[in-house]
Amino acid sequence: MKKYLIALLLVLMPAVVQAAASPYPLDKMKPNLRDQESLQRGMALFVNRCMGCHSMEYQRFARTADDLGLPHDLVEDYLILGEHKINDLMTISMDKGDAAGWFGAPPPDLTLSARLRGTDWLYTYLRSFYRDEARPWGVNNALFADVGMPNVLEDLQGAVVNNCTIDELMERGNRGTLDPLTGNRSGQCMTVQANTGSMNSAEFDRAIYDLVNYMAYVGEPSRLQSERIGTFVLIFLAIFTFVAYLLKREFWRDIH
Amino acid sequence: MAGHRNKGNPGLMGWIDDRFPATALWEDHLSKYYAPKNFNFWYFFGSLALLVLVNQIITGIWLTMSYNPSDEGAFASLEYIMRDVEYGWLLRYLHSTGASAFFVVVYLHMFRGMMYGSYRKPRELVWIFGMTIYLVLMAEAFMGYLLPWGQMSYWGAQVIVSLFGAIPVVGADLQQWIRGDYLISGITLNRFFALHVVALPIVLLALVVLHIIALHEVGSNNPDGIEIHDNLDENGVPKDGIPFHPYYTVKDIVGVGVFLFVFSIVVFFFPEGGGYFIERPNFEPSNPLKTPDHIAPVWYFTAFYAMLRAVTFNLFGLDAKFWGVVVMGAAIAILFVLPWLDRSPVKSMRYKGIISKLFLAVFAVSFVILSILGALPSTDGRTLVAQICTVLYFAFFLLMPFYTRMESTKPVPQRVTG
Amino acid sequence: MSNDGVNKGRRRLLIGATSALGAVGAVGVAVPFVASWHPSAKARAAGAPARADISKLEPGQQMIVEWRGRPVWVVRRSEEALANLAKLNDRVADPESRRAEQPDYIPNTPERALRPDIMVMVGICTHLGCSPTYRPDIAPADLGSEWLGGFFCPCHGSRFDLSGRVYRAMPAPTNLVIPPHSYQDENTLVIGIDQEAV
Repeated sequence: MKKYLIALLLVLMPAVVQAAASPYPLDKMKPNLRDQESLQRGMALFVNRCMGCHSMEYQRFARTADDLGLPHDLVEDYLILGEHKINDLMTISMDKGDAAGWFGAPPPDLTLSARLRGTDWLYTYLRSFYRDEARPWGVNNALFADVGMPNVLEDLQGAVVNNCTIDELMERGNRGTLDPLTGNRSGQCMTVQANTGSMNSAEFDRAIYDLVNYMAYVGEPSRLQSERIGTFVLIFLAIFTFVAYLLKREFWRDIH
Repeated sequence: MAGHRNKGNPGLMGWIDDRFPATALWEDHLSKYYAPKNFNFWYFFGSLALLVLVNQIITGIWLTMSYNPSDEGAFASLEYIMRDVEYGWLLRYLHSTGASAFFVVVYLHMFRGMMYGSYRKPRELVWIFGMTIYLVLMAEAFMGYLLPWGQMSYWGAQVIVSLFGAIPVVGADLQQWIRGDYLISGITLNRFFALHVVALPIVLLALVVLHIIALHEVGSNNPDGIEIHDNLDENGVPKDGIPFHPYYTVKDIVGVGVFLFVFSIVVFFFPEGGGYFIERPNFEPSNPLKTPDHIAPVWYFTAFYAMLRAVTFNLFGLDAKFWGVVVMGAAIAILFVLPWLDRSPVKSMRYKGIISKLFLAVFAVSFVILSILGALPSTDGRTLVAQICTVLYFAFFLLMPFYTRMESTKPVPQRVTG
Repeated sequence: MSNDGVNKGRRRLLIGATSALGAVGAVGVAVPFVASWHPSAKARAAGAPARADISKLEPGQQMIVEWRGRPVWVVRRSEEALANLAKLNDRVADPESRRAEQPDYIPNTPERALRPDIMVMVGICTHLGCSPTYRPDIAPADLGSEWLGGFFCPCHGSRFDLSGRVYRAMPAPTNLVIPPHSYQDENTLVIGIDQEAV
């Protein structure tokens, strides 16, 4: 009986499926929407590095500025690079038809990518580019095979070389093994060539964290407001239910 | 009857009562509607279903104010509601969470009815109106799910509408007629929108009224499955009955409080419901040229979807797809005739025999397993489990006339047991 | 069921407490529904202050700026036109614009302007909402020899002078509306932001 139950559980396990669908292991990141400095750095990175091709067409500059604690004139001076006004949506002027010709498919709008893909996926994806001369942009991605996007952050991260076969990379990911005594990692598939990037590994991870954190914010800008109101609502409902219960108990004294 | 009482009284209420049976209605349905005093936990879900219905209608009306039912504008208008409209995100999450909550509450409400024999004579019409509500609710939910116009909306509708294509001879034409186009398009979106916000809510409200009128005509059942109207006191009031108001109104308010607490946790903190209430692919605008990797209907349809997929063999010269649709339709249809399948001398599961109890448990477990399977991509192993569960699901109904007559039952008490 | 020993006071108190909390809850629930009717971020973006560069506006020229979906006229008036305004005081209905809709910082002079040379007003007739046409020409055939330049509404014939003051005995009841506005610098007019108190 036990054996059948276990078999049944295995059949019903959703986790097994998801792992099978995307073999490359995801690195975890937990967004912190209260860290405004991180969000501000993330927005700066997005506007400077991503917004040439990717829009956030449902989000307004003004809303973002307010939520991130940035003054409007500062955003107008430093973070709006095109013809936009502060109240405008964060659109781009790139023609979708042209873009499809350059990249194979038009670069997607990124307003909701954190909700579509998940923040772990984005965090892993942006840190998984490696040099591959066979690809049109000279880079490939371990998580998103044969990706049509150049590695726009290579000058920060440095040129990454993959020392493993594709199968090894898929199986092991890029974690390598951690030495518990020294805290150093070794045996990773991907290595950064010395002096090719302006950031070290920790700084680059931090920058990508900021960027993905910002994308998580834009995915659902009402998140913090929702949790703030929700807390009050729950406290109110607890009190209300308690009083209502006393009322019910009082009336039900009649019933024998 | 309501129209002939409370006439000629003084005051404003008297004036109204001479012209409209306000007091009589209040008495018939609340203050002098006698409900059994032994309602338990399972009896909260009727009033909660009404609460969720009101929530859906009001938030729905408000969403309609900012929604744009067009191919070009639908997806963007949803994000407009989520970002630009003040509290739009809250209205949307109340509506999307409410849809799932509706099915949670309705499934528990239906299970209660099955457990205590609430569908048995004289409550067959109460059950049939209720089942019709469930059927209309499924249509309402399905059409509503298309409106966000994301990838899951689009391909979910594509798959479900394709089911009509399985009908022999007329299938292909019927499919095209429903879509109004050669593919799911803005035309389909527009007609689904009209049905979702106008036609089906009207039908739903009318059915709810019928459901309650029928119930109040015959009186509520209870966990003991005995008729409280068989034991009246000298005033003609059931000895085991208590007025719905104030006793069950104050009790239901507590139920509402607890329900809203749980509901609010989802709305404010986990509106995506772990990807089951709002599915991830729906954050990408619909694209007729690209199917998402894995399509699953929303959780409340997955049991029937699993049954559909469980049929993998051709029969009598008709292909598996057709039989899958037949099985799925039959799974819902058979619920309608439940009152005539149960031949037990007792109503409530409390006094039925062990076989009935076992079958009900197997039925419930099968339904849950099918619901889980329907949300997962199919494999050979899973298809086999789904096939077994489908057989068990139907066995509960088809064997019911036999096992309910065969088994020995416990004696039913004269009065409710609290 | 019996009513013996019912504590009526406690019952009343609990009914009151539950009702009061219920009322608070109902008000709370109403908040998002009421608030969602405020102008959305999109509407506010469209209604944001409009900026106009007036450096290229020649004397006698008119430019039209859209603000909150309405035409706002900006006219640079010549010395001659300004001199003519005072002559019209007894021919217009409300020469000091006492009844007109205009910000407090607009002087009640014939010029009706922060800067006498620049006239800013909403180009919608106060009668029934048509948009009058700009007629700067002096004494044209159709408007008569007394016409010193102004605006003429084609719908019902209302006449206004170059300060938007309506002539006597016209269908339009009041002078043209002046929107809140200010000057960011010499050449930049901002419609929708009030002039700071000077």
